[in-house]
Amino acid sequence: MTLDLSLLPDGGTGWLDASGEHSDIVISTRVRLARNLEGYAFSGRARDGERLRILTQAREALADMPMLSDGVILRVDELPAEDRLLLHERHLASKELAGLNDVPVRSGAALYLSGRFGVMINEEDHLRLQALHSGFAVADAFARVEELDNALGARLPYAFHQEFGYLTACPTNAGTGLRASVLIHLPGLVLTKEIGKVLAGLQSVGLTYRGLYGEGSEVVGNFFQISNQTTLGRSEGELLDYLVRVVHHIIEREEESRRVLLRDAGYIIEDKLWRAFGTLRYARSLSFDEAMNYLSGVRLAVGLKLIGGLSVYTLNKLLIFSQSAHLGRSEGRALTEIEANVARARYVRETLAAETV
Amino acid sequence: MVCDNCKEGKAVIQLTEVEGTGVRQLHLCEKCAAERGVETTVSAAKPQINEFLHTLHQQLPAAQGDAARCTFCSSTMKDFRATGRLGCPNCYDSFETSLRDLLRRVHGNSRHVGRRYKAPSASDQPHVSIAAELRDRLQRAIETEQFEVAADIRDKLRGIE
Repeated sequence: MTLDLSLLPDGGTGWLDASGEHSDIVISTRVRLARNLEGYAFSGRARDGERLRILTQAREALADMPMLSDGVILRVDELPAEDRLLLHERHLASKELAGLNDVPVRSGAALYLSGRFGVMINEEDHLRLQALHSGFAVADAFARVEELDNALGARLPYAFHQEFGYLTACPTNAGTGLRASVLIHLPGLVLTKEIGKVLAGLQSVGLTYRGLYGEGSEVVGNFFQISNQTTLGRSEGELLDYLVRVVHHIIEREEESRRVLLRDAGYIIEDKLWRAFGTLRYARSLSFDEAMNYLSGVRLAVGLKLIGGLSVYTLNKLLIFSQSAHLGRSEGRALTEIEANVARARYVRETLAAETV
Repeated sequence: MVCDNCKEGKAVIQLTEVEGTGVRQLHLCEKCAAERGVETTVSAAKPQINEFLHTLHQQLPAAQGDAARCTFCSSTMKDFRATGRLGCPNCYDSFETSLRDLLRRVHGNSRHVGRRYKAPSASDQPHVSIAAELRDRLQRAIETEQFEVAADIRDKLRGIE
């Protein structure tokens, strides 16, 4: 069975459309709620049969909800490795769900997708309800996921404890089960070397940061995922307000850094960013990290209005579609690393040629 | 290439420094780059996980009042320390004392103040799992002091697990 991407509502890429506030700096906002069903062991300890029953229960509950009529369920455990990687590259499935960690894909691992929501089934927790939104849109993403949570929780018996709240496989998620994260591009703070202070500050206020793909991923291309670390002892509203306030502050500091760079080293920055653009526009082979770093430069140049004619949507699409599994998909076969580098350079080159000066 | 700063480590990062109107290219090893506040290639999540595991290991072996094994999934606190994951929702009751302490350390608090939840009644659910059904029956049997019946149900539950 191969994944037919045309079945996915909006191809699972609606979150790239560059709508939402501050979309040149904040690529996307994700809110997820971890939920588990009463009466089963957590996914990691559950037997195959239990996970399949959980999947059946979730499937029946989802099918029962009129608001979700546009959704599809994918049996992630039945997909070949390249399709699972593709879902991960598209930020729809976590590494754990896609079986890309040390542990192979679990039987019963599935992904529900509609235009507005996603549900990972049999991930570390039985259910991970998520809403992904373009730009800085924490309240909107939470409102969606809360709607889904209310409807699912009325049909499935969640594991809930009077003192500890929603129970999760890892105690770091217990309580609200809420993780709100913002994927943010901070080249100004990196170039002015303010980033260390900003990141150190985050951890002292109950927030944390990760790379482009969440937990355990490296920071590349100056893209950071900032999220709440604490999930218990504060209400959902407090956790979200707090994140929003801190991210607003970081956006202001990023904008200030960009002004300082332009003021104090304008021509150097301009030269650096145009060189990044030139490399992307003409290179014949690009590694992923290389592409990300140059794309970071071009994104900054677009934000500073040094380069015109390129939309943030195109930049977002380049981030996702220049990844290995996506390139393999468009070439119709699995690519070696060298082939992927060549295909990546061609894809980036053609996309930029079509849109710019 | 060797690090321009310490002349020892392997250079992995190329840093362009802007000083006044001049530009300087530096090739730095990870350590020297980190000292200069360049964070672009550090792995972000590792320190957090380490911290969490460290917190786990600091816990006293089985706090008083905790069960040796979870009555539902048979996990132990040792399993939890090894994986960082609990076995089932019932583990929160079985290891309540240890977990309350851990939650306080991790979150600064162990009392949930967010949304409250009331599970739907059995008739509202599209499908009720066998185990959940058995647990309800077990609960009822205990409440009504039918201990022989309760023991039978518990055996059946263990069979499923």
